[in-house]
Amino acid sequence: MTELVLGGPGCEGVSVKVMESRRGTTTAMSGTEQSAVHERLVDEKIVRMYFYAALLFLTTSMLAGLLMSFQLIRHNPLRGLELFSPGRWRMLHTNAVAYGFLANGFLGCLHWAVPRLTLQPVLNSRLSWLIFGAWQLVVLSTAVGILLGQAQGLEWGETPVWIDPAAQLGLLLVAINFMTPIARMKGPVYVSLWYFMAAFVWTFLTYAMGNFVPEYLVTGSSAGAVGGLFIHDLVGLFVTPLGWGLMYYFVPILTKKPIWSHGLSLVGFWGLAFFYPLQGIHHFLYTPIPMFLQYGAVVSTIAVELVVATVVINFFGSIWGNFDIVKKNLPVRWFYTGMVHYFLTCLQCAFQVTLTFQKIIHFSDWVVGHAHLVMFGVFTMWIMGMMTYLLPRVLHRPWASVRLCELHYWLSTVGILVMAGDLILLGLFQGWSWAALEPWDVSVEFSQPFWVLRILAGLSMFGGLLAFLTNIWLTLRSPVVPAVGVSLRPVVA
Amino acid sequence: MFESKSGVLYVAGLGFFALAFVSNAVVPWLMYQRYPEKTAEQLVNANLRYQFEDLARRYPESFEKAFGKPPGGAAEDNAWWNERCAEALRAGRRVYVGEGCWHCHSQFVRPVSNEEQRWGPVARSEEYQNELQRPVMFGTRRVGPDLSREGGRRSNDWHAVHFFHPESVSAGSPMPEYPWLFDGHPDRPNRHGLAMLTYIQWLGSWQESYPYYEAYVPAALIRPDVEPESAEAAGAEQSAVAGEEQVR
Repeated sequence: MTELVLGGPGCEGVSVKVMESRRGTTTAMSGTEQSAVHERLVDEKIVRMYFYAALLFLTTSMLAGLLMSFQLIRHNPLRGLELFSPGRWRMLHTNAVAYGFLANGFLGCLHWAVPRLTLQPVLNSRLSWLIFGAWQLVVLSTAVGILLGQAQGLEWGETPVWIDPAAQLGLLLVAINFMTPIARMKGPVYVSLWYFMAAFVWTFLTYAMGNFVPEYLVTGSSAGAVGGLFIHDLVGLFVTPLGWGLMYYFVPILTKKPIWSHGLSLVGFWGLAFFYPLQGIHHFLYTPIPMFLQYGAVVSTIAVELVVATVVINFFGSIWGNFDIVKKNLPVRWFYTGMVHYFLTCLQCAFQVTLTFQKIIHFSDWVVGHAHLVMFGVFTMWIMGMMTYLLPRVLHRPWASVRLCELHYWLSTVGILVMAGDLILLGLFQGWSWAALEPWDVSVEFSQPFWVLRILAGLSMFGGLLAFLTNIWLTLRSPVVPAVGVSLRPVVA
Repeated sequence: MFESKSGVLYVAGLGFFALAFVSNAVVPWLMYQRYPEKTAEQLVNANLRYQFEDLARRYPESFEKAFGKPPGGAAEDNAWWNERCAEALRAGRRVYVGEGCWHCHSQFVRPVSNEEQRWGPVARSEEYQNELQRPVMFGTRRVGPDLSREGGRRSNDWHAVHFFHPESVSAGSPMPEYPWLFDGHPDRPNRHGLAMLTYIQWLGSWQESYPYYEAYVPAALIRPDVEPESAEAAGAEQSAVAGEEQVR
């Protein structure tokens, strides 16, 4: 049976060394002192609420994905109904994941990690709640706008025009609320904070770029270039840095070992910061966008894969000789499974971004497989790992069923691997069929069995989520267990 | 710089983002300055006007309900048709975007993978310099065919039936139905439906090759009703056509 590291009563009296700097000034806090500091710093209720909101939108998004996938196999049970149009729910699917699930999940984790890491509370707890409420309104009105047919024509920028300014303001407030504790903090800045600080700036700028420039300022191919930058930066400059920042925070805490190499952490951050923003145009290769810009995007994409390799090596170096922890500790297993997927998807990207691969795989289900491997296989898995770790702490109860936690992990992992493998393979077949000038219907016809398998994979992933929700429900009904001590900051070498 | 707050904020956060924005967004924008952005009014052409007036002839009641009647007088009528046509283009594009059509249909022909033969002439920059491509409708996935050369290939009534119930005219199509673009019957497209039909017929209407038809014939393998012998004959015919195409 897997041991879920819950930092249970056994951890309580243990004092954890917090190294204030790499020069070696150390302070030690007892468990009780830490709990007191923690209570002053972290608003557990807002962490909980962000997680509930995130899970609500993930459920919605998965149902939306299922609706679209049933349409593809021509068995849509809700056909001909305007409000259930699969095309609109397809947009709800991607928007609910990005803004409803990932943003809420990350914000919940940040409300835990940033104050504990900086030993400073966020700027204002009322502001935190204002942001929470405003953000849920933004996501809900985006969903309503899309369902009423008011979407705009850019992936992830479909947010109807009347919501864009509110979302922009929300992102600014998020940045201010979290930048204040970072600004007030003294001493060396830990890796996670580099990623967080950059992410707050980038997310604000990226949202502004994608939701205003191609709609109002530029047109045609240049709008395509900006759109490419936007969809890419939303993954690369909002989701990725927050995800890695949180990994740099949680992995050392859970493994009780420092990150292997500070030098590689530096390479990883600065490499990502330089190369990632330069790649957007690789979404539109062979379009009328100038060819030298397309080549630039291809080269910087391949460059970033090398950077990614250093980050993944760094994290595997951190558990070298200690791989048992992946078996025993479920949150760590979620994290490292996500990292393996991250490596796979980036490796895949280094190939698919070349013009040679693009000839075949562009426009095909290969790309859909790739997108799911990134968004579910990596970032959703990381958030699930963090929720598995944090929910018992903010609910003050151990998980009601470790078995359901395991089921959640396995259904998700098997589901995403089958879905990604299925769609990537199908993409190759589609691309070859199109290039061979077979009639279009042939490619639709032979896609059917693959699309059926994709539904089964999706149902497996959805089943995992249902196991998780059931587990939360059961946990909420179990009695409260007294406070739990955990180290506030990651160990630094 | 590498580990300080100001280094991360100014160099990585603002600096690198600005560098990328200038090199990847401002540069193409400056390059295409020589192609001024056309308005919907400037996009109305004779091919499109033919299709738009065909809508008025086919669906007179629906059309009048949606767009009204020409005022009378040759010059006035001409201006009226052009204005209504531009209006329909804008509205049609909004429907196209709002229904998420572009998530399954692309609007650009690549110079590779025999796309020129299947869809028509390769996409050119100036084709996209108009207000209906703000943001651009390149698309990223083709569940269904590319639509950038779709105009004129099929008649308005084919499209109407297709939007109402795709499988009636395209067996096995996974495309959803859009009955809300009609008043209960494919013969009665509403304002959104008429606008959508206009938008679809506009795509590629500016091309010299309009309307573009594929150079290939349907292969025998999707026609189980065809006898094996004639299937071979069909195959031979196909390669002959393909051969001719290459010579040309």
